[in-house]
Amino acid sequence: MHFARGTLNQSYSRYIGRKSAFIFLGLLTLGGFILFSMSTGAARIPIADVVRALTGIGASKRFDIIVWQIRLPQVLTAVVAGAGLSVGGAVMQSILRNPLGSPFTLGISHAAAFGAAFSVMILGSGTMASAHVGAITISNPYITTGMAFLFSMLASFFIVAVARMRGAKAETMILAGVAMGALFTAGTMFLQFFADDVQLAAMVFWTFGDVARASWNELSVLAGVTLVATLYFFFNAWNYNAVDAGDETAKGLGVRVERVRLMGMLAASLVTAVIVSFLGIIGFVGLVCPHMVRRLIGGDNRFLLPASAVLGAVLLLVSDTAARLILAPHLLPVSILTAFMGAPVFMILIVKGRA
Amino acid sequence: MILSIDDIQFRYNGHPVLKNVTFDVQQGEVVAILGPNGVGKTTLLRCINGILKPSSGTVMVEDENILKMEAMAVARHIGYVSQRQSTGKITAFDAILMGRRPHIRFRVNEKDLRIVDGAIKSLHLENLALRHIDRMSGGELQKVALGRAMVQEPNLLLLDEPTSSLDLKNQVEILKLIRHVVKEHAVCAVMTLHDLSTAFRFADKCLFLKNGGIHAAVSPREVTTDMITEVYGIEVDIHHHNGFPLVIPH
Repeated sequence: MHFARGTLNQSYSRYIGRKSAFIFLGLLTLGGFILFSMSTGAARIPIADVVRALTGIGASKRFDIIVWQIRLPQVLTAVVAGAGLSVGGAVMQSILRNPLGSPFTLGISHAAAFGAAFSVMILGSGTMASAHVGAITISNPYITTGMAFLFSMLASFFIVAVARMRGAKAETMILAGVAMGALFTAGTMFLQFFADDVQLAAMVFWTFGDVARASWNELSVLAGVTLVATLYFFFNAWNYNAVDAGDETAKGLGVRVERVRLMGMLAASLVTAVIVSFLGIIGFVGLVCPHMVRRLIGGDNRFLLPASAVLGAVLLLVSDTAARLILAPHLLPVSILTAFMGAPVFMILIVKGRA
Repeated sequence: MILSIDDIQFRYNGHPVLKNVTFDVQQGEVVAILGPNGVGKTTLLRCINGILKPSSGTVMVEDENILKMEAMAVARHIGYVSQRQSTGKITAFDAILMGRRPHIRFRVNEKDLRIVDGAIKSLHLENLALRHIDRMSGGELQKVALGRAMVQEPNLLLLDEPTSSLDLKNQVEILKLIRHVVKEHAVCAVMTLHDLSTAFRFADKCLFLKNGGIHAAVSPREVTTDMITEVYGIEVDIHHHNGFPLVIPH
């Protein structure tokens, strides 16, 4: 078939341009918030001094330490985790063709929580050292993180395995995810029932997702995994678009639907599992952000995925900054705020969604 | 000859669904596959483009064996319009552009846009090009799906009940478009249909499937009441109007 005639559709190019502009503006906003976030907190640092500390030109020793040792890792962790959770949620929603696809609804977060509880209770990583108010630390964070990761990957492998058995249909994966969530919640409750005060506190504390938990080491792992997975997602944007159009249509376009769905699911689970294992459960970012972006610029994954990553980063960073300020001098874990904000935002999206 | 199907067999869970299916489709031909529900019409379409793998037999498109090709390469030869269309928050332009997937690695180039533009014009969708497809009617959506298959630049179009959820006006419009596309681009089309009179009006050749095999392969003018009775198990009359057979059940 040949199409000789037809002129380039300029209004389409403008339409695409607007989407790119949205992403660009999002990046600018993100940059602004990064600076703002680093300047606020228990010690106020003027933005000029933040810039000086970052560039290494003439900042005071004290500001230098605060910026490089405390603020920057926390800010970057919020950016990376927000982007990773959001883009992972967007991919899950797309490949499962279900608006409820997210680490939360698919039981991956619950599995991580169970892993942490298991580690605290059975492997005894849960003795706490309470240094000062609100700063409880788990004695062996790496075992806890490892177990959380192990169980969340176990959950996603199970979902994928069931899906493989039943032909990688979207409904199968969602139902398997819901079943996993219920199972691991039950497991966590079982452990919590028999836990002593200290263990129980450690388990509960772990579930409060907090970006302040990551130091440079953890951040580099988070950033590496998120970056690789995000690039993988971007590269597959066309395939996810095709899957959005329906399995049959996608197959007719030469897309190997089952493979795209299973690999996408594994990669999205991996990002989520890594983030959740290091930081605890941060809900709603992965669910709400992609929906917001979809309403703003539509569902084309070529733009939806990068825009979700950017908006997720902005959202989690703003939430974390707010969580640090809202009850100052008390530092609120960001997950409490995202849950509070996420629920009403989601309700608005539902109510205003289908006009 | 564009499509040549030789002795396809397909089994589902051990049960034979298709057996000894053999037929050819020439350039510029529109072929209707007819038969009762569950006889294997959709299965046959899926076997032709390799979504389902026949247990034996060959499917040749332009002298290339489809069953031995990569899915992406098949999609450059065969455009497929499935029965149900998903909607979503993407524009008609983007939905049609997706048909370029088998030709695109990542970046969309000028040629892709030009081809999509041309398809939109020939489908008269200019005014809807930037509308989200979740705000479109069934007829418009079906045109978008047809456009998506067209921009694959295939030699063969497969359409699974392209008129199933459309009103009469849209049915006629879609079938005329399919015929127009096939004649203008010198390709061919194979579609499943339920309405016999519509099929006889718009197809060049009709294949009646019965018990998983081809019961009759005839031009619409050669269709007899006996054929329809044998395939569908009901008594009918056939009247001719302007040379097209009309089927009227008793």
